[in-house]
Amino acid sequence: MSYTRVAITEAATSILDKLKAKHGDLIFHQSGGCCDGSSPMVFEEGDMYLDESDILLGQLDGINYYMNQDQFSYWKHTHLTVDVTEGRGASFSLEIPMGVRFIIRSRLLTQEENTELNN
Amino acid sequence: MDYKKPKFKEKYENFIGGKFVPPVGNEYFENNSPIDNTLIAKYPRSQKEDIDNAVIAANKAKEAWGNTSAAERAGLLNKVADIIEANLEEFALVETCDNGKPIRESLNADIPLSVDHWRYFASAIRAEESTMSELDIHTVSLNLKEPLGVIGQIIPWNFPLLMLSWKLPPALATGNCVILKPAEQTPSTATLLMEKIADVFPPGVVNILHGFGPEAGKPLASHSGIDKVAFTGETTTGQLIMQYASKNLNPVTMELGGKSPNIFFNSVMDADDAFLDKAIEGAVLFAFNQGEVCTCPSRLLVQEDIYDAFMARVIERTEAIIQDNPYDVNTMVGAQASNDQYEKILSYLHIGKEEGAKVLTGGAACHLDGDLANGFYIQPTILEGHNKMRIFQEEIFGPVVAVTKFKDEAEALEIANDTLYGLGAGVWSRDAHQLYQIPRAIKAGRVWVNCYHAYPAHAPFGGYKKSGFGRETHLMMMNHYRQTKNMLISYDKNKLGFF
Repeated sequence: MSYTRVAITEAATSILDKLKAKHGDLIFHQSGGCCDGSSPMVFEEGDMYLDESDILLGQLDGINYYMNQDQFSYWKHTHLTVDVTEGRGASFSLEIPMGVRFIIRSRLLTQEENTELNN
Repeated sequence: MDYKKPKFKEKYENFIGGKFVPPVGNEYFENNSPIDNTLIAKYPRSQKEDIDNAVIAANKAKEAWGNTSAAERAGLLNKVADIIEANLEEFALVETCDNGKPIRESLNADIPLSVDHWRYFASAIRAEESTMSELDIHTVSLNLKEPLGVIGQIIPWNFPLLMLSWKLPPALATGNCVILKPAEQTPSTATLLMEKIADVFPPGVVNILHGFGPEAGKPLASHSGIDKVAFTGETTTGQLIMQYASKNLNPVTMELGGKSPNIFFNSVMDADDAFLDKAIEGAVLFAFNQGEVCTCPSRLLVQEDIYDAFMARVIERTEAIIQDNPYDVNTMVGAQASNDQYEKILSYLHIGKEEGAKVLTGGAACHLDGDLANGFYIQPTILEGHNKMRIFQEEIFGPVVAVTKFKDEAEALEIANDTLYGLGAGVWSRDAHQLYQIPRAIKAGRVWVNCYHAYPAHAPFGGYKKSGFGRETHLMMMNHYRQTKNMLISYDKNKLGFF
């Protein structure tokens, strides 16, 4: 059995598909802190400088989902689902002009998931 | 009901080169009030071409503006302060409508504080002097401060006019031209300000453009025609802006949020007096501005021997908060600024409960009646848990505090500093030693001692760690908008003798 750290809802996937059609290759980066923070940001691939301090949590609809390692140490016991809601973020995330905002819904990893993913 | 939704035009424009101009692409976005989710007005959906036009206008204005006297610039800053002050009620009402904050806050905090920041920098630029050194009897080193030129500023939606008033005055006082993008959730008071002060500054000195982050914010932050970016927002965007700035070798200042500890030592309960009353209010300040403050005291640390008694008082005070129509002067907590913010806070309440946090009060959305039923309201919430939980580590930006207890000073500091951020902190005690030693050991840029949430001009504000760098609300911010010209002057008539 193989478990995942991240998942995505159908509604979010359909937004993502529109963004892929418009912008090409994309990545997710989970932001932290302030105003529009603690939300998944979607950028054109290559726009954000990534290095070994960015942990790859998984792939959603063919798109890599990253989080900085410092933040990951506080998040790794939870499973994340990217969803979408009406709204108007204030960051550079590409879905914002569509009048929607990706958000994260979280749950605790089960014991089995935690054993496989975090040990 | 003391106030109601103010009247707006159907649509507003950008302010570029001293004039209101429509966006090049002629596209607009609708801005709603979070109080009842009704339309306020349409604002320009600016694109790169609009930013380009503002950059041209600002660059055209920068030389003449940079050569004006400090007295002239200070005079104009004071004029802006007077205009805001004369229209305080109008600004407050528009701010409340746009952001959702209670009118008593915008009347008594946001707008008066904004006025004071304009006046502070008008004074600071008049009072300061440059430095010079006589290096030897013939050689003098003269240090002159020169403006950087054109500044890009991107501000958040939690204190729209106040954040503008933290950013614009120090940049203008030091002789820079500015292109400022307000947050797309709260474009209204910046626009109202430009309507009132359209003729105060020469054309091109102040430019305000509206639009979305990826379409207008990014072209501004990455533009090769600007000389610096000042940003308040969140960490990932901050990282991106620094990246873009590195391409242009531009300086940046960043204010990126926090997860501020508010620490209560047992001596606060030595007497049931005015100070204890103040301390309890200090703990409840997590709900101030609906928790939408970078320095929200969102981690409450209480010494274990007073924990039960102290928390009983804090819960009682929290439950006495009046959450109602933001236009009512008695309302203490209003609406969250937007739907996505509201949804995010609810998702944190959910994961907090899943992680095992205990809800001491609140813990859900607040459903108001009538027109307000469509607004975005969250009950002031206290969650009890431990510092490794996500609700203790992430900025929720809502009226939500996570509380835990500590044994002694060492454990208080260990918990306080166990965070990625370092923007604010609070320390409450009657012990004179603690009042100095504890703040010194906390890794944060602002430590409130026996107070919280005061933001006066003349006290520097800024972050440690992932909360950013640069110090605003103080004259030291002026140097973040300047470069030093060193003039090294020889008064020796004789040659070196080398050639």
